[in-house]
Amino acid sequence: MGVTFRGGVHPKGFKELSCALPLQKFDAKGEFAIPLSQGIGKPAKPVVSKGDTVLVGQIIAQADGFVSSNVASSCSGTVKAIEKRRTISGLAAECIVIENDGQYTPVEGLGKREDLNTLSNADIIEKVKYAGIIGLGGAGFPTYLKLSPKNPDAIRYIIANGAECEPYITCNDQLMQSEPEGILEGIEIILRLFPNAQGVVAIEDNKPQAIESMRKALEKRPSKERISILPMKTKYPQGGERSLIAAIAGVNYPITSLPADVGCIVQNVGTIYAIWRAVEYNEPLFRHVLTVTGDAVKQPGNFLVPDGMLVSELVEACGGIKEGVTLKKSLAGGPMMGFAMTSLDVPVVKTTNAVTLMAEDEVEEAEKLLTNCLHCGRCSKVCPQGLVPQLMADAVHVGDLERYEFKLYGLECISCGSCTYICPAKRPLTQVFKQTKAEIMAAKRAKAGSK
Amino acid sequence: MSTVIITAIVITLVGAVVGVALVYTGKKFRVEVDQREVEVRACLPGNNCGACGFAGCDAMAAAIVAGDAPTNGCPVGGQGVADKISAVMGVAAGTAEKKVAFVRCKGNCNVTSNQANYVGIQDCRSAVLSGISITSCDFGCLGLGSCVSVCPEHAISVKDGVAVVNRAKCIGCGLCAKACPKGLIELIPVNNYVAVQCSNKDKGPQVKKVCSAGCIGCMLCTKQCEFDAIHVENNLARIDYSKCTQCGKCAEKCPVKVITIKG
Repeated sequence: MGVTFRGGVHPKGFKELSCALPLQKFDAKGEFAIPLSQGIGKPAKPVVSKGDTVLVGQIIAQADGFVSSNVASSCSGTVKAIEKRRTISGLAAECIVIENDGQYTPVEGLGKREDLNTLSNADIIEKVKYAGIIGLGGAGFPTYLKLSPKNPDAIRYIIANGAECEPYITCNDQLMQSEPEGILEGIEIILRLFPNAQGVVAIEDNKPQAIESMRKALEKRPSKERISILPMKTKYPQGGERSLIAAIAGVNYPITSLPADVGCIVQNVGTIYAIWRAVEYNEPLFRHVLTVTGDAVKQPGNFLVPDGMLVSELVEACGGIKEGVTLKKSLAGGPMMGFAMTSLDVPVVKTTNAVTLMAEDEVEEAEKLLTNCLHCGRCSKVCPQGLVPQLMADAVHVGDLERYEFKLYGLECISCGSCTYICPAKRPLTQVFKQTKAEIMAAKRAKAGSK
Repeated sequence: MSTVIITAIVITLVGAVVGVALVYTGKKFRVEVDQREVEVRACLPGNNCGACGFAGCDAMAAAIVAGDAPTNGCPVGGQGVADKISAVMGVAAGTAEKKVAFVRCKGNCNVTSNQANYVGIQDCRSAVLSGISITSCDFGCLGLGSCVSVCPEHAISVKDGVAVVNRAKCIGCGLCAKACPKGLIELIPVNNYVAVQCSNKDKGPQVKKVCSAGCIGCMLCTKQCEFDAIHVENNLARIDYSKCTQCGKCAEKCPVKVITIKG
C-alpha cells in the first residue's frame, strides 16, 4: 500500500474506458482559435495581426506583466482575425483565429537540440518563461514563477505529480508509459536549479504500467540517486498539491503560504515534459496530452493535441456521440474538479486535460434527492484539509462569516469536492464554500482598496 | 387579618427601599446622552437597512452627531430627512437626492435564450462562480434573484428571467446593487425615468446575435440629445442624469427601444 494523506474519498475511476489506449498525436484540420489567456494571470498581448502568416511554435502573443504567459501558435496558416470567441469557460474572450493550412510547418529553430551543459540556471528559467509554460494540472499558474522561489537552497522536494486521482482521466498515465525518459530529463533539469532537492515521482498505485515504465527508465539515468518513484494509495484528491506534500514531506501548511515555503515544488508530469521539450528542444508549449472519455463518446482515446483546436473536431475524430445516447453533460476535465461546457465549439486550451462526455447528468439527479443534513459526520471524515464541512455550511446558512473564517478555518477549503461527493443527503457543500470564500475574499479586497 | 397587614407593610418597605436605591443609582450612574442624537434618530426613517454603511439607524445617528457621517448620509430618507437632520445639527444641508434602483438589462426570456441548463445553488453569485454564462448574453441578468433575497422591502422581483424594480416600494438602499455579481443595478434619481436598460459592451452585430433588445451602440440617441446628456462608451449608451431633462427624444429614436421612458 502506497503512502497517502488523511481523509479523501474513493470515487469509481472509470479509467478502464481509456487507460489502455496509447497516446496519438492529433493534427487538427479545421480552424484554430487560440485564447490569449489560458491560465491564471493577465491575457497576453498579441504580436501578430490580421493577415500575417504564422508557423508552428511561433510566439503569437507575449506575456503582459508578471503573472502572464506567452502564447505560441500550434498550427501554420494565416491569422484570420483577433476577436472575441466563446471559450471553454463559457464566457467570451479574445482569441487569435488562425486559418489552418494543414501543413504544420515549423518555425525556424523549433526542435533544435541544445547542449544542456552549456545552459546556466537563468537560461533554463528564461527558456521556460519564453515557452509560455503554465501548470497543466489545472490552475495554469506560470511555471517560471514556480521555479524561481525566494530561496532555492531551501527546496527539499521536487514532486512530479503523476497521481492523476481525478476519475476518467488517463492521459498522464499514457504519457508516463510512452515518454518516461522525457519526464525524468525534465526532473533532472529542475533539480539543477535546486541543489538540495530530491526528485519524487508520485504515481497512484492503480497505474502499475506507468510505475513500471518510469522505474525502468530511471534505472538507465545517471541521476537515479536523486530521483525516486513513489507509488501512492489510490484515493481522491491524492493529486492535489497539498495532499501530495502532506503525504511525501509530511507537512501541512496554511492556505496563505506556498508549497515553496515548506520546501516543496509540485509540477504535473505533463508540465515537466513540457519543460524538457522547451529547454532541450526550444519548443514552446503548444501541444499537451488530453483524454476524451465518458460513457457518451463512441471511441475514447488519449491524444497529444494542439492548443486552440475545437473540442468538437476532437470529439468527431473519436467517432462522435454513441448512437442511441443523448449527450447530457460535457465536462472540461473530470467529474470532480472539471467544469461543464455549454458548447463543444470551443477551443482546447493548455489547461484542458480531458473532455468527459456523459450520458447522464448526475448533478441534476442528486439535486432531486437533496435533504437536510443528517449529522452523520462523513464530510469531516473525508475532508483532506481536516475541516468540518457540516458546521461550515451551518455558519454560512446563518450568515456568520466570522465563525466560518476564524473558528472553522473555512478559507482553508481547497474545493476538492470530497464532502459533496460523500454526503448522503446530497448537499451542495463545495459549491456553498466556493461562493462563501469568494465573498470573503471580495470583502477583504474591498477593505484593502478603501484603506 | 394580620397576615394581610404584615404583607402590606413588608411590600411597602421593600418598595420604599428599592425606590430610594433606584433614584440613587439613577443619579449616580447616569450616562450623558447627547440630546441631538435622540433628535437625529427621530428624524431617520428607522428601516435599519444598513445602506448608509452603519449598523442601523441608531448607529447612524451616533455617527452623524460624532461628525463621522454627513447629515445627508441616509440614502433612504432623501432631501426631507437630510434637511431635518441638518436643522438639528445646525449645519447647512447638502443635497441628497432620493434614488431608486434600476436594472440595466432588458433581456427576459422572450429576447434572449439560455445557453446552459444551470443546476445547483439558485443564486446568481454561485452561478457566476461556475464560470459559465447561463444566458446567451454574457452581461445580462441571470434571473436567479440574488437581488431579491437581499431587498429589505421586497421591492425587486424576477419576471420572465430578469429582475424588475418596483419604484413605489424601493427605498434606494442599494443593497441589490452590491449583491448583483454582474453589476447590473445602479441607483438613479427617483424622478428619472429615461434610462438605458442594457449593459452589453459588445459591438452591435454581436449584441444582435445574443439579444434582440440590447443596445447596439448605434449613436442615434447621442445625435438626438440637445442637452449633451447621452453618450455611447464601449458600444453602450449611458445617460448623464445631471444633464438629462427627460424629454424622451432619445427613447423615441432608439431602434431597439432599449431606452425606457416611463416606469
